[in-house]
Amino acid sequence: MSRLSDTFARLRKEGRAAFIPFISGGDPDMQTSLAILEALPGCGADIIELGMPFSDPMADGPAVQASSTRALKGGATLPRVIELVKKFRKKDGKTPLVLMGYFNPIHAYGTARFARDVAAAGVDGLIAVDLPVEEDEVLRLPAAAQGVDLIRFITPTTGEARLKRIVEAASGYLYYVSVAGVTGTKTFAESDVAAAIARVRAATSLPVAVGFGIKTPEQAAAIARLADGVVVGSALVNKVAEAESSKSAVKAVTELATALAQATRAQSAKVETGFV
Amino acid sequence: MSLANSLRSGPDAGGHFGAYGGRFVAETLMPLILELEAAYEASKQDAAFQAELSDLLKYYAGRESPLYFAQRLTAHLGGAKIYLKREDLNHTGAHKINNTLGQILLARRMGKTRIIAETGAGSHGVATATVAARFGLPCTVYMGEVDMERQKPNVFRMRLLGAEVKPVASGSRTLKDATNEALRDWVANVADTFYIIGSVVGPHPYPAMVRDFQAVIGNETRAQMLEREGRLPDLVTACVGGGSNAIGMFHPFLDDAGVEIHGVEAAGDGVDTERHAATISKGTPGVLHGSRSYLLQDSDGQVMEAHSISAGLDYPGTGPEHSWLKDIGRAKYFAVTDREALEAFVLLSKLEGIIPALESAHAVAHVCKIAGQMKRDQIIAVCLSGRGDKDIFSVAEHLGEKL
Repeated sequence: MSRLSDTFARLRKEGRAAFIPFISGGDPDMQTSLAILEALPGCGADIIELGMPFSDPMADGPAVQASSTRALKGGATLPRVIELVKKFRKKDGKTPLVLMGYFNPIHAYGTARFARDVAAAGVDGLIAVDLPVEEDEVLRLPAAAQGVDLIRFITPTTGEARLKRIVEAASGYLYYVSVAGVTGTKTFAESDVAAAIARVRAATSLPVAVGFGIKTPEQAAAIARLADGVVVGSALVNKVAEAESSKSAVKAVTELATALAQATRAQSAKVETGFV
Repeated sequence: MSLANSLRSGPDAGGHFGAYGGRFVAETLMPLILELEAAYEASKQDAAFQAELSDLLKYYAGRESPLYFAQRLTAHLGGAKIYLKREDLNHTGAHKINNTLGQILLARRMGKTRIIAETGAGSHGVATATVAARFGLPCTVYMGEVDMERQKPNVFRMRLLGAEVKPVASGSRTLKDATNEALRDWVANVADTFYIIGSVVGPHPYPAMVRDFQAVIGNETRAQMLEREGRLPDLVTACVGGGSNAIGMFHPFLDDAGVEIHGVEAAGDGVDTERHAATISKGTPGVLHGSRSYLLQDSDGQVMEAHSISAGLDYPGTGPEHSWLKDIGRAKYFAVTDREALEAFVLLSKLEGIIPALESAHAVAHVCKIAGQMKRDQIIAVCLSGRGDKDIFSVAEHLGEKL
């Protein structure tokens, strides 16, 4: 059992969805980012997605683009983000942590070395936004050899045949993109997400997390009724953007994360989750 | 064309040229590029599609373009005979129209009702806005703010043609960032939008498809050279940013072992400075905008800003097929500085009465370096990819003149 599967199994027993916050590693600087990261489990984060900043985040909207730029200006590099995970793991051995980003920095680091180093640092899963199933073997296989899951995406444009192909070698959980678009811009329609999740559940027993358009506690609650995980990124990194100091950034992010976690827990406790 | 023992048979089914190319895009876009690939493959076998494209190339774009013997430039350099493939004489003033006509016909075939594009120098933006006007489709062109400033005439042209030009303020505010923004638009408007990529970059099938639409350059050059000289040239050369005019020129010659192939990159202030766009000469393999290719990047895999006097070459990536041709040694890649390109810009204007695009001036500058070392019975064919009217303001500024 891995930290990811343990967590989803436990939440299934509790009858609730996971709250999964995303922050960019090193945003706005390494120290503040570590403080935010360390605070998130206490806010009710069940899993954490930590962004690996990239100069050209072409699947991201303005909020995550800006957070990526802030992090890079603050000196973030892939090795430093891995260091951040190591520091986090000194105090937290149980919250699953997933690194999310674009392939080029991983390619530059070297996929085999990357898989070894992140596994040693205590990373549980990887999300590479621009590695579709056609290209993901180069990372999926070395990661799997280290016991690290490569999380795959399903989107509103994914057809039936493609869905089958995606779930075939998927592990950890599936990430359903609630809107066709970049992160943090459009708003999902609940009925569309419900129909899509039903379709995914018919094809796989893996947990399904939903992201890309969830900003408010109300929206988090709506998704928690449908899915096994609720991912919020842009709204959280916007709090970093708005903050005037490192201290106020930590405070603003943790306040919103707490509200989102509570909304996720309150709603999903009322219903059964779908995966078995 | 799929030939055994041919260098012209790539890419493979996954869009790979050796270790380069591929499809590195967000999952939301994958079904779209698979659909595009199927539509493109079907169009190759569709006689009506090919006939419509040929008709447009001839009567709308003005093909074929002449292969012109540059007598005075040849005499000036005192070596090989120099022929210019006059893509500058096409409608819209550059080779870009060859590709945009092909892609807009595909867009129509696929039932798409909205066109988007990225542009650097503005040539591709103008060529896209032109065909969108011709077919009555709304068009949005993404352009970096820096490029909008140095290519004002093209911004006005696009607007005149009815396109919306959206300034891009992120990153280096040039072609790379305009491409990111176009990809973001596409992923948010998947149902109705066709993305006309302007170079042999992006995810498969774009590098192969754009090359095929641009191969008309090399195919014509080959036939024209055989007619004029009764033989093939000793050397073909072209400028390389993303590399569409170059691959269009080179591809039909890849299996002709006697034809040397030189790509010319932008060296900016010099390849040993921090300000250049010589991706193939100085970069390392990486993944950007959907494919694996040579890339200007730091040791952390962050993409670096490219620098060139020419907005059309100011790109930190390049086409995957060029990366492959470099690695297998079939093509050689050189770099020309801003200063050398400016000198060639002026030289060609004065000797031949042809004002080249700054992009094309890089290829001319390379010819200026090598023609004198070649024999008088040898032949160079250089792709003059565009005309320089768009560049007169920035050239005047560099030459210290105020317009």
